[in-house]
Amino acid sequence: MKQKFNVITSTCAPLPLENVDTDQIIPARFLKATDKKGFGDNLFRDWRYNKDGSPKPDFVLNKPEFKDAVILVAGKNFGSGSSREHAAWAIAGYGFRVVISSFFADIHKNNELNNFVLPVVVTEPFLKELFDSIDKNPAMTVTVDLPNQTVTNNATGSQEHFEINGYKKHCLENGLDDVDFLVENKDKVEEYENKRKQGK
Amino acid sequence: MNTLFDKIWDSHVVQIVPDGPTQLYIDRLYCHEVTSPQAFDGLRQRGMKVFRPKQVFCMPDHNVQTHDQDKPVADPVGRKQIDTLDRNCAEFGLTEFKMNTKDNGIIHVIGPEKGLSLPGMTIVCGDSHTSTHGAVGAVAFGIGTSEVEMVLASQCILQQKPKSMRININGKLGNGVTAKDVALYLMSKITTSGATGYFVEYSGDVVRDMSMDGRLTLCNLSIEMGARGGFVAPDEKTFEFLRGREYAPKGEDWDKAVAYWRTLKSGDDAVFDKELTFDGADIEPRITYGTNPGMGIGISESIPTIDTIPADEQASFMKALNYMGFEPGEKLEGHPIDYVFLGACTNGRIEDFRAFTNIVKGKHKADNVVAWLVPGSWHVKQQIEDEGLDKILADAGFVIRQPGCSACLAMNDDKIPAGKYSVSTSNRNFEGRQGPGARTILASPLVAAAAAITGRITDPRKL
Repeated sequence: MKQKFNVITSTCAPLPLENVDTDQIIPARFLKATDKKGFGDNLFRDWRYNKDGSPKPDFVLNKPEFKDAVILVAGKNFGSGSSREHAAWAIAGYGFRVVISSFFADIHKNNELNNFVLPVVVTEPFLKELFDSIDKNPAMTVTVDLPNQTVTNNATGSQEHFEINGYKKHCLENGLDDVDFLVENKDKVEEYENKRKQGK
Repeated sequence: MNTLFDKIWDSHVVQIVPDGPTQLYIDRLYCHEVTSPQAFDGLRQRGMKVFRPKQVFCMPDHNVQTHDQDKPVADPVGRKQIDTLDRNCAEFGLTEFKMNTKDNGIIHVIGPEKGLSLPGMTIVCGDSHTSTHGAVGAVAFGIGTSEVEMVLASQCILQQKPKSMRININGKLGNGVTAKDVALYLMSKITTSGATGYFVEYSGDVVRDMSMDGRLTLCNLSIEMGARGGFVAPDEKTFEFLRGREYAPKGEDWDKAVAYWRTLKSGDDAVFDKELTFDGADIEPRITYGTNPGMGIGISESIPTIDTIPADEQASFMKALNYMGFEPGEKLEGHPIDYVFLGACTNGRIEDFRAFTNIVKGKHKADNVVAWLVPGSWHVKQQIEDEGLDKILADAGFVIRQPGCSACLAMNDDKIPAGKYSVSTSNRNFEGRQGPGARTILASPLVAAAAAITGRITDPRKL
């Protein structure tokens, strides 16, 4: 899943609901895999499909105008609840590269970053305007520029700066993960352990 | 500054990455079968061993069936996850408390019960309810599978240091009000995202007077306010709870440990990023009416009317009520229910079973209610039998099942059918959490017991 991230311009799939929890992103009964494959098929499973497996035509991911969107736009407190990284695997597996919201739950935000999906935190007014823009014209696009840390609503020209720490930005731009970093820094761990042994 | 959280966190910092997160040393990693297989795969792909295998403890709990555990799990996919954990533990040389052995149970019940979770430690697990272990005075929090892989590979993770919050609950709790009600009350006041970005220290008379089992319940639910974790500073009650437990220090080591643990408290001059104070007397037995744990009311109250909900939240509010089959402004006391679930890492400990038994003793389960009573561990099950609670419960029409996560999250046989109402002592009432279409009402063991007897949502104080 490692992939490099730079500038992305795409249509957006809107999910204007608050507190979308990870049980909705991927219900627990789909957590039984022992690999990371195939979770995208069950992203938002119970909102997306009827019991018989037929798609619910009203759900955003089933609407043809949003099928190429690689940006998901969701209401505040996205990804609350369970720590399951399967939620991030489902989002990444479906093909989303960016999630825009005004607020993310902590663990899920880290999980997205660790799977090269960029969580972009915007202000409430920006989010509201974005939902309105998509509503008016589903073909409108948003540009997310990681090097410059900007997100732009191309329908209105509104632009915001978003936060990401320099370390994580470097990782995303270069397709590196945290395990790579930690393994390189093992000597520091041993040093810490030795110091602690002597200290106590 | 100078909070207990700062003390524990800062003493585990290996380094602060320039313009980046903190590399934090982890004392204990717990793994269950659902969120670990891909982490072990990652290690294999990198050709690595587990860096500190003695600090990792594994056990299956989510997929485990709560009956006939001597037989393999019927669902082949669930069985494969459990087999995979067994294989990974053997391959990487890790301690595993296997299914259907006396050491097994829900990971967040086992850790404190075995004395694996100790004051001052950093503890992580691929499970958001890892916050439970904060009750012994540890910094404990849930992580994702990539982070499980980080700990397996290096005994560290990379994290931004959370902000600190103190929640004081002063005064005394009323009759019939439990730690669960306190937590449900806090969530409804703070909302499910109100503590996001924070680590919470619980303090005040109510917390001081709370039993260890109560503190475990309170800390368990920290994540439902959005907090990464929550803890209680260790005190004499903590030490008494841990003394003599299997993995707790012994002899001279114990004395040394307790001397150190006594220093683990926030300074008088501690400054928290946020501090909230509540009065225990304001809390009554609680229930939830919606599809997140913050959507809760006192049992005598009514669901809010639509005009009290902010305009931009009304759509989510109505979606939740439609799912639950409730109306705005409806009073829920007396509403018929179908299922009762006692258990989970939230309320699967001996005290929860004692509380439940106390209510149902000499009465009988309502015929229309299906009740699942699931101890959090084999040890708890043994205690239930040693204390004779199982006989009292049997006389009242209840059966004790075998330990596991059970109906908390519908990954095993214990699923609530679509449309049915379940009064549940678990932690989440999300859509479909207890099974597709299941309608969950979160409550304490006392409220669950009262509902099991009457077949309706019932105030245990009136029974």
